[in-house]
Amino acid sequence: MTIENSNEKHEIRVQPIENGTVIDHITAGQALNVLKIIGKPGTSEGIMSVLINAPSSHGKKDVIKIEGREINAQEFDKIALIAPNATINIIRNFKVASKKQVQIPEHIEGVVKCVNPNCITNSNEPIKSNFTVNNENRYVFLRCDYCERIISENIADNLL
Amino acid sequence: MRFKDFDTISMKDFSRDMIDHILDTADKLEPIAKNEEKSDILNGKILAVLFFEPSTRTRMSFETAIKRLNGDVLSLGAVDASSITKGENLADTIRVIEGYADGIILRHPKEGSAKMAAEMTSTPVINAGDGAGHHPTQTFLDLYTMRRESRLEGVKIAIAGDLKYGRTVHSLCYALSHYNADITLVSPKELRMPREIIRDLKNRGIEVKQTDSMEDAIQDVDVLYVTRIQKERFPDPAEYQRVSTSLQITTELLKNANPDLKIMHPLPRVNEIDSGVDFTSHACYFKQSFYGVPVRMALLSLIMGCIE
Ligand SMILES: Nc1ncnc2c1ncn2[C@@H]1O[C@H](COP(=O)(O)OP(=O)(O)O)[C@@H](O)[C@H]1O
Ligand SMILES: [Mg+2]
Ligand SMILES: [Zn+2]
Repeated sequence: MTIENSNEKHEIRVQPIENGTVIDHITAGQALNVLKIIGKPGTSEGIMSVLINAPSSHGKKDVIKIEGREINAQEFDKIALIAPNATINIIRNFKVASKKQVQIPEHIEGVVKCVNPNCITNSNEPIKSNFTVNNENRYVFLRCDYCERIISENIADNLL
Repeated sequence: MRFKDFDTISMKDFSRDMIDHILDTADKLEPIAKNEEKSDILNGKILAVLFFEPSTRTRMSFETAIKRLNGDVLSLGAVDASSITKGENLADTIRVIEGYADGIILRHPKEGSAKMAAEMTSTPVINAGDGAGHHPTQTFLDLYTMRRESRLEGVKIAIAGDLKYGRTVHSLCYALSHYNADITLVSPKELRMPREIIRDLKNRGIEVKQTDSMEDAIQDVDVLYVTRIQKERFPDPAEYQRVSTSLQITTELLKNANPDLKIMHPLPRVNEIDSGVDFTSHACYFKQSFYGVPVRMALLSLIMGCIE
């Protein structure tokens, strides 16, 4: 099986997939964090393969291929927070049916837990966490709408 | 400007025009605060004073403000509040109290609690301190004090003490950014103002200076604003001693100060300001504490829609 529309044929180290999603250009080292988002038990039955530190035109990248599942908009937003350069390729019948660059959302609700233990969103109240996303040249940081605490480096550790 | 039913959560919600209007209104109400004139401005209004944390000054000055304007206070002190709610969450408590009162004044230990409370009810909420978060009415009275006793527009101010955790200081700096203030921060490096806040201020056009020398800082300022340094912040008691002594204000230190220098403190003080200073013309902190009354009167009257 060759992949017609790939200019990186020789780099494919995993079986081509018939239907599913390829998340490409993940910031090197972030693949396992992306897996935390898309790999929640019960969300996919198919094979997932992960490439870490794959060579790319701008240094290294991680790539994830998911068989039999097209990922959804909510997952898109989360991925954007930790891998702002990722592209999402939907594969249908072995071909790239659509390709989208992730979009960093301006605001997220119920996606990340506030790191401030004394924040009202971390108590027994009927509210979701809410963050305003700041994106300075793809340096992403979050500011809690309730307590204003900033999360920058460890966003992945605080995904809900 | 529409104040009626406005939630007072953070200084960031207030424009310069709004702040000026509150301070102007406080000016007019000051004779009532001093009980030189009688007033019925808040007649027929019930304000719930809901404190989940001990506080004397803030709570009493709110209650005084309401009573001087002939409004009614529904007061739950810290102890009552915890027994009344019996483990109930804040969201539920707010939705119960909204049925009893025309406005809710809230002090709660969690950051963001006042914002959440405001989202739960259409009754106006006034944040009287949310953990290490905001305390906007303290800032209004600080600004009012500067305007009355020194100057506010273009004020040269040194702010000293715990600038890392001190909630009054962060709100104050945001507010001063409306008035072209010249701000010098005085603190040991352990208690410096967080980087994000310095950056926010920069984005608002205010470049703050930082020093750890009290002597240098007070050379040429109109106002010295002192805050408390909490012992709990220091793992080592000797370190606490060293830091708190290095920032202590004494009459000795003030010998060469600008004669018009005014010293402010949100109170309670521990030993940041030597009691000898109380009898100098610099001491302004007891007046400042009184000004909490006219300022809170102004805010409540505007929010209740009792005056324009
Ligand atoms: N059928 C397939 N099975 C597995 N991976 C595929 C398949 N088709 C494309 N890919 C991978 O998806 C990514 C996007 O493909 P493509 O659009 O051809 O490349 P590029 O984005 O580099 O121009 C690449 O990493 C490619 O290797
Ligand atoms: Mg490519
Ligand atoms: Zn928070």
